[in-house]
Amino acid sequence: MRPPLLALLMLLLCAILAPWIIPGDPLAGSADALLAPLQSGHTLGTDDLGRDMLAMLLHGSRVSLMVGLASSACALLVGVLAGAVAGWHGGWVDALVMRIAEFFQTLPRFVLALIVIALAGPGIGKVIIVIAVLAWPQTARVVRAEIGALRQAAFVDAARLAGMPDWLIVLREVLPQIAGPVLVLAALDVATAILLEAGLGFFGLGDPNLASWGAMLNQAQQYLRAAWWMSMFPGLAIGLTVLLFNLLGDAVAQHLDPRGR
Amino acid sequence: MSLLSYTLRRLLHAIPLLLAVAVLNFCLIAAAPGDPVTALIGDFPAPAEYVAKMRQDYGLDQPLPVRLGRYLQHLASLDLGYSFANRMPVSTLVAARLGATLKLTGTALAVAAVLGVALGLLAARLGGWVDRLVRFGATLSYAMPEFWLGQLLILAFAIGLGWLPSQGAAPLRGAAAGWAGFVEGLRYLLLPASALALRYLALIARITRARAVEVLRADYVLAARARGASETRVLLDHVLRNAAPSVITVIGYNAGLLLAGSALTETVFGWPGIGRLLFDSIAARDTPTMLAILLMVSASVVIANLLTDVLHRLLDRRVA
Repeated sequence: MRPPLLALLMLLLCAILAPWIIPGDPLAGSADALLAPLQSGHTLGTDDLGRDMLAMLLHGSRVSLMVGLASSACALLVGVLAGAVAGWHGGWVDALVMRIAEFFQTLPRFVLALIVIALAGPGIGKVIIVIAVLAWPQTARVVRAEIGALRQAAFVDAARLAGMPDWLIVLREVLPQIAGPVLVLAALDVATAILLEAGLGFFGLGDPNLASWGAMLNQAQQYLRAAWWMSMFPGLAIGLTVLLFNLLGDAVAQHLDPRGR
Repeated sequence: MSLLSYTLRRLLHAIPLLLAVAVLNFCLIAAAPGDPVTALIGDFPAPAEYVAKMRQDYGLDQPLPVRLGRYLQHLASLDLGYSFANRMPVSTLVAARLGATLKLTGTALAVAAVLGVALGLLAARLGGWVDRLVRFGATLSYAMPEFWLGQLLILAFAIGLGWLPSQGAAPLRGAAAGWAGFVEGLRYLLLPASALALRYLALIARITRARAVEVLRADYVLAARARGASETRVLLDHVLRNAAPSVITVIGYNAGLLLAGSALTETVFGWPGIGRLLFDSIAARDTPTMLAILLMVSASVVIANLLTDVLHRLLDRRVA
């Protein structure tokens, strides 16, 4: 679990400190257009408007991580709540929640997110909400299955005998038992969300006032012949970040079940 | 329960889902800010009567429930609406693009399934460095956005080496006839299909490997080997057959991944399919076309899931 976690913490630190590491507006252009990497002080080169690639990459990490972490957190909250209610209550509540979850899982995430943002206009908050709305059912399913299995457990009966109200039993006794698989899903959700956000940016639906990796790749598309670096570095950044979150999820899963795989 | 009644039950289950998707689509577009008539007229100072007449012509002056009812009625007769921006029925627009998308996604699906299963089996059977290599490659590939991979392939094979074309599905001057035209088409297909297939391939290789490792440990494999069955027999008759239901589930339930990837890949390679149409319709605020594509993609996912369930049931009789 350690190496991907450490790398991610480093990345998070860079994202938080971006305005101090490379101050100024990363989207402000200059006359040095399309400089190759390492030319006149630009480590990763410049784009077609003379903007420093490294500065844009660094500031772009804020959007990717923000969208990834926030949407995953929202999905986690909704998913745990819905799954806990369905699994604990059972009966028609369970059937209803699972039917709604199934409906949301049927929706093609990327295409729907694309159309919603195209209609509602760009904005980080909207992107986070759309991704979260489309991501919660998976968490809900896992939580529901695990809670359904634990509902009859002896420690739950004991807590009930001690006079604990149901919501407290779920919160204090049951949820900590199932934190593992839920965390694995949350890490994978972050990775999916970052890919989705990059895809939106690539379709030109990102916030035009913020540097983002997907938007950088959108711009690179027209300059593939002239400037390979405009495509290479943002893509590497997306791939590496997604890879790290996937590895983190895998590592947590393996830690929870060392026999598996 | 027989396979037929199972299939019918799944079908009955899918219909309300499809209906809900259609209603959601309609609500989404109805709730969106902006107005197709304004978008159509643009900045031109049209007289109010003309605008009112246009709204009436397109049925936009009716209350929402009436429009919803009419929308569902039209869908039932496979009428996908009218594209204001292109001034032609959406079904005509979509039909012209469907072939290209089916060609691209079909090729990617076939490549990903065959190579993914083969690599997964190979990794599980050989173990050691082959296993590590396949697992490493799959993890790496799964993290790569397909549109970036597309750009890298263009950089390497179209711009760098100059071997393959980077844009479109056929030469601008028109495709050649017969065998030469087929080969030419393959040259155009190779890069986009590879870009689209890779993430899916990684997913399939991972699940195949995981299931095959489990099956290889089973007693019946030991028994088959003890009876003197060849390794090919063991792999094909036992491992593949027992891993198949899980592999098919992963392939079918991730059809949405392939369709979303196709929208991005088509945009990178200028492939004249549905994805590219979606990109253009978003740029033109052409809501009927967007709506139709969302509905088609959702319906494809529902149908893919349905087929997956039936196929799974066919292969694994234990499913109730």
